[in-house]
Amino acid sequence: MRPSAVRLLNILVPVKRTVDYAVKIRVNPDQKGIDLNVKHSMNPFDEIAVEEAVRLRERLKDEVKSIKVVTIGPPKAAETLRTALAIGADSGIHIEVPESAPAPEPLGVAKALRAVIEREKEGVDLVIMGKQAIDDDAGQTGQMLAGLMDWAQATFASKLVVDPKKKEADVTREIDGGLQEIKCRLPLVVTTDLRLIFPPEPRYASLPNIMKAKKKPIQKLTPADLGVELTPILESVKVTEPPKRVGGGKVENVDQLIAKLKEAGITPVKS
Amino acid sequence: MLRLRPFLNVGRLHRGYASVAGPHALVLLEHRAGVIESGSLSALTAAQQLGGQVTGLVVGAPDQVKGVVEKAKKLKGLSTVLHASSEQYAHSIPEVVSPLLEKLLADNTPYTHVVSAHSSDAKSLLPRVAARLDLPAVSDITSLEHDGASNATTFTRPIYAGNAIATVRAPPSVRVKFFTVRSTAFKASAADEGAPAAEDKAVEPVEVSNPPTQHVRTDLTKSDRPDLGSASRVVSGGRALKNAETFKATLEPLADVLGAAIGASRAAVDAGYADNSLQVGQTGKVVAPELYMAIGISGAIQHLAGMKDSKLIVAINKDPEAPIFQVADVGLVADLYEAVPELVEKLKKQA
Repeated sequence: MRPSAVRLLNILVPVKRTVDYAVKIRVNPDQKGIDLNVKHSMNPFDEIAVEEAVRLRERLKDEVKSIKVVTIGPPKAAETLRTALAIGADSGIHIEVPESAPAPEPLGVAKALRAVIEREKEGVDLVIMGKQAIDDDAGQTGQMLAGLMDWAQATFASKLVVDPKKKEADVTREIDGGLQEIKCRLPLVVTTDLRLIFPPEPRYASLPNIMKAKKKPIQKLTPADLGVELTPILESVKVTEPPKRVGGGKVENVDQLIAKLKEAGITPVKS
Repeated sequence: MLRLRPFLNVGRLHRGYASVAGPHALVLLEHRAGVIESGSLSALTAAQQLGGQVTGLVVGAPDQVKGVVEKAKKLKGLSTVLHASSEQYAHSIPEVVSPLLEKLLADNTPYTHVVSAHSSDAKSLLPRVAARLDLPAVSDITSLEHDGASNATTFTRPIYAGNAIATVRAPPSVRVKFFTVRSTAFKASAADEGAPAAEDKAVEPVEVSNPPTQHVRTDLTKSDRPDLGSASRVVSGGRALKNAETFKATLEPLADVLGAAIGASRAAVDAGYADNSLQVGQTGKVVAPELYMAIGISGAIQHLAGMKDSKLIVAINKDPEAPIFQVADVGLVADLYEAVPELVEKLKKQA
């Protein structure tokens, strides 16, 4: 009996170059933004997405045909793509925008990703991306992309099991109050939560992988090539500092602590 | 009978230009086990601040919806409660619920704003709907201001883990403005027992044939404690709590005597000391209780993002340089295994 043709998985991982998570954020006095002359890195949730794609290939082997990474950003964003390639992606797509351009918003990013997917001759079966970017903390792009494509979506994934033969995936999600398991048909957009890669691994690529990554292809495109307009619809009015929280003093012992609680009106409940 | 309601909070916002109708917000009222989620009640408060009409929306399985609608009708500030029932709506699957919302918000819709809590269900749903309607959305807002004359709405929201506040404006060209609400920033609306109930209106569910996603199971942590997201007191533990048994054994007595919910840092959850639903932080729960006690928590930026709006922050940590002391109102440098039991004993005596 002839085996039916197995659909091989083409995985797309969108990644974003953001201010590094450990940087101390400084709001500019002109209230137009934050100081961006600081260390940048791949958005941690997107690192998790790249790592998960690579692990899927380790588990499914030849059933994963390609892992492509894509980013929207200024010329420097190419570094982020190279990092993803060094972790194990096969090729990259850089949608280049000028350094001075306003940051695109999730709807614009989702439209650009849709255009990328529609251009892929072999199609895309699985998009794995971070649940939010740690700069804007918007957490919308994955859902918007799934909506535009009318695809299944699985947000805040903490476990992903893909069956390419059945063209479906089992996803465990972190939700308010606990965990939820869903079954999704491919094509599917998955957004990653922290514990999808667990234990969290230090992100480094071996020297051989970094050297290999230099040779992997990165295709350059402009938003015009994709027929998308990335100027945000929502207007940024200003960026300001949050109310400052100043630490109070330290107390020396539990009795003093209880006294401070009492002062603040915090008393124990009757059991 | 139509409920007649004067516009609330109108003030300077509604100038009565014949051509510009006032805002009309559609608020998603989420529910579990027959109870309206507290976050949705905060979303309702935010919706009222737009200064116009507010309609609630209850979606669920037939046996869930009826009881929730009866409760929703009593909520202050709601003129109408729409409801849609279907077995398909038993679990909030965005691919299945989105078509209903798209129908309600089609081109000739009366709604100008769509509002929900920043809950895991709603934030999975709203952006999908918005994108399918070719509209942007604003996440996790902490304040809003609607200008009735220009029909623009301006929001504030935290960015960079709350280390900066962005003020964004949705211009009039955004025909329906979607936003999710940080519930700690808006007081939960309450029932108005005295006022006449809102009218309720059934909406036909939009059945989805062959949905691409099926619900398999949901496992919620069971607890008798107050819900972390809305508790007025929280006792939270970090990596220093050694293991799950020690975490429970150390923190539960303190939470009991204070009537508090229990929270955890990412490190504690990663290490398996506590369930993921207890995580407080940039990507976990954001809380702002009257009292937040951080026990053995160092105070990473990402953790602070989830609790720095608490009214009183108390920290117990044996490292005097721990960053948590920079935001704590009361700090105690001590071994938590001595300090916490002592604290519990002394508080019990006071009770």
